[in-house]
Amino acid sequence: MSTAAASIIAVVLVSVATLAVGAFGLRVSRTMSDFYVASRGVGPILNASAISGEYLSAASFLGAAGLILARGVDMLWLPVGWTAGYLVLLVFVAAPLRRSGAYTLPDFAQLRLESIHVRRVSSLLVVAIGLLYLIPQFQGAGLTLRTLTGAPLWVGQLAVAVVVCLNVLPGGMRSVTFIQAFHYWLKLVALLTPLFFFAGMWASSRMPSGSGAVDVADWVEPLQGDHALYLTYSLVLATFFGTMGLPHVVVRFYTNRDGRAARRTTLVVLVLLAAFYVLPVLYGVLGRMFAFDLVAEGRADTVVLELPSRVFEGAVGQGLTALVAAGAFAAFLSTSTGLVVSVAGVLSQDVLRRGTGPGLRGGIRAFRLATVLAVALAVALTFVSAGVPVARAVELAFAVAASTFCPMLLLGIWWRGLTARGVIAGLVVGGGLSMTAVVATTFGADWEGWFGVIIRQPAAVTVPMAFATMVLVSVLTRATVPKHVNLTMVRLHAPENLDLDRGTFHPDPSRAGSRSGEGATARRDNVTVRRG
Amino acid sequence: MSERRGDRDGPPRRVRVTSPRAGATRTRATSVASEIDAQTRLGEVYITSLMRSQLRLAVGVLLALGLTLGLLPLLFHLVPAIGQTDVVGIPLPWLLLTVVASTEIIALGWLYVRQAERNEENFSDLLEGR
Repeated sequence: MSTAAASIIAVVLVSVATLAVGAFGLRVSRTMSDFYVASRGVGPILNASAISGEYLSAASFLGAAGLILARGVDMLWLPVGWTAGYLVLLVFVAAPLRRSGAYTLPDFAQLRLESIHVRRVSSLLVVAIGLLYLIPQFQGAGLTLRTLTGAPLWVGQLAVAVVVCLNVLPGGMRSVTFIQAFHYWLKLVALLTPLFFFAGMWASSRMPSGSGAVDVADWVEPLQGDHALYLTYSLVLATFFGTMGLPHVVVRFYTNRDGRAARRTTLVVLVLLAAFYVLPVLYGVLGRMFAFDLVAEGRADTVVLELPSRVFEGAVGQGLTALVAAGAFAAFLSTSTGLVVSVAGVLSQDVLRRGTGPGLRGGIRAFRLATVLAVALAVALTFVSAGVPVARAVELAFAVAASTFCPMLLLGIWWRGLTARGVIAGLVVGGGLSMTAVVATTFGADWEGWFGVIIRQPAAVTVPMAFATMVLVSVLTRATVPKHVNLTMVRLHAPENLDLDRGTFHPDPSRAGSRSGEGATARRDNVTVRRG
Repeated sequence: MSERRGDRDGPPRRVRVTSPRAGATRTRATSVASEIDAQTRLGEVYITSLMRSQLRLAVGVLLALGLTLGLLPLLFHLVPAIGQTDVVGIPLPWLLLTVVASTEIIALGWLYVRQAERNEENFSDLLEGR
């Protein structure tokens, strides 16, 4: 059996297993709220596995190792930042966001700022960031199948698109939770197993001697390139503060039982991510020894896929390659599934809802329509966008998230003075500038000097500007502070065991927008009331 | 508050003397929640105190992260010799940005969760008059 055949079988197996686990979850998914967010009945370990599984995308699985192989120690900030982002999310956002009861970022925006306009702008941004993040996933899938089988790029891209649709269309979030928990462990095993074989070889000193490309100062020592200090700090800022603003990350928090569970889940996520992110570093280093030629060929992104067959021959090499291919596909599937669910959720609630009839059936029909639409858009954008390295494209999505939703969440949760106009101004300034930089980079624009450097890595400029705009405009429009801000603060910060009035906002999409009128039932519905 | 127990056990005469004061104390103890529900100034002060303690904790964690991990690029920039230092055969920056960084992140997360839950327990105790 050839490596190509083994890899194809592995990829098909992952897809079938994913659909099977999804179908198992489907049997327990009945109501509309199951459909969206798994009714919050998910325990911390399962939920943390699912969050990590969803988060570890093509960029983590392929891209980080590729960039470390090509550029060395400065790229270690990617795995560090992707983990630290969850720490920042834990301390500032996790519990209050869960307590808000919002399904999505637009829900949160509307709840906190009591403005339908803020909701609309947020929806637009969720779709933009979601699509931006989907592109590298589909790219990675195309790259993987091409590397392993020689198939054209579009084959892998379409394959992932179809499996994602098959996954999301029938089951919604409940099945997604099971799938993603499964994907975390699959990804970990897929990267870990070849390393055991490497270690075994090393121990019996049958390891072939690698190239000397490891002992190069440019690669080993930090901050060797031009403007390296600015670029590093900008990357740190984007990843530390961007995580909380990614749409597929936020949706997952609703599946926690309460604010306290949200915190504990996030702590487990930190452990799972830290454990995983050791692996891409090791692949980067091993790649430097055994697959250094990939850098010159511009194929560094494929190092994880090619490394096993370079070191091991015969059946072992084929088997390990197939396993890594399976893990890579799990990475594309889980992240794109999560992204599609959140983009489709927003599209169906805020764009398509009116056209598809009332009630549960109308809601689900809108959600399915939105799913197909989101996937089609992402595939189309993947076809037209230039070949930006996988992890680079993801960095840019982080920069946009850090320049938009991060200030909205931080100020919204911790400052009563935030106004709807302030948020809109901040989102427009932060989102507009960072998106401009992203579009310029994606289409290969290259300017000289500082301007070009900032365009390459905009976060260090756009994040402070977004914060400043939100605060300044909010202060200028302080007469328009939301009417229920005090009630909202009780809702965001008071522990659930206290029996308090938390307002009546109901995140059920079929009733989104109503802030009153449901009375006592909605008020108690929303929170787990455990009187002690 | 303890006089209240006299209601049932003590002679009827004593009840008439102590009950208004005892009643006042009781109302006071259970009313923080209703102050918050009624969105009075006092209720706001209570919620603000909870928010402040949680925000102080969160900013503390962020500062701890920023003053260690966050200063590394600057340190690498100012002291390039760090890049040439090896510890147990591994260049120091590689060690700092992998094992040390992830250990620190997990430790900070663990400390945060513990303290944040304590802050909430204190707040609950305050509201439930314990």
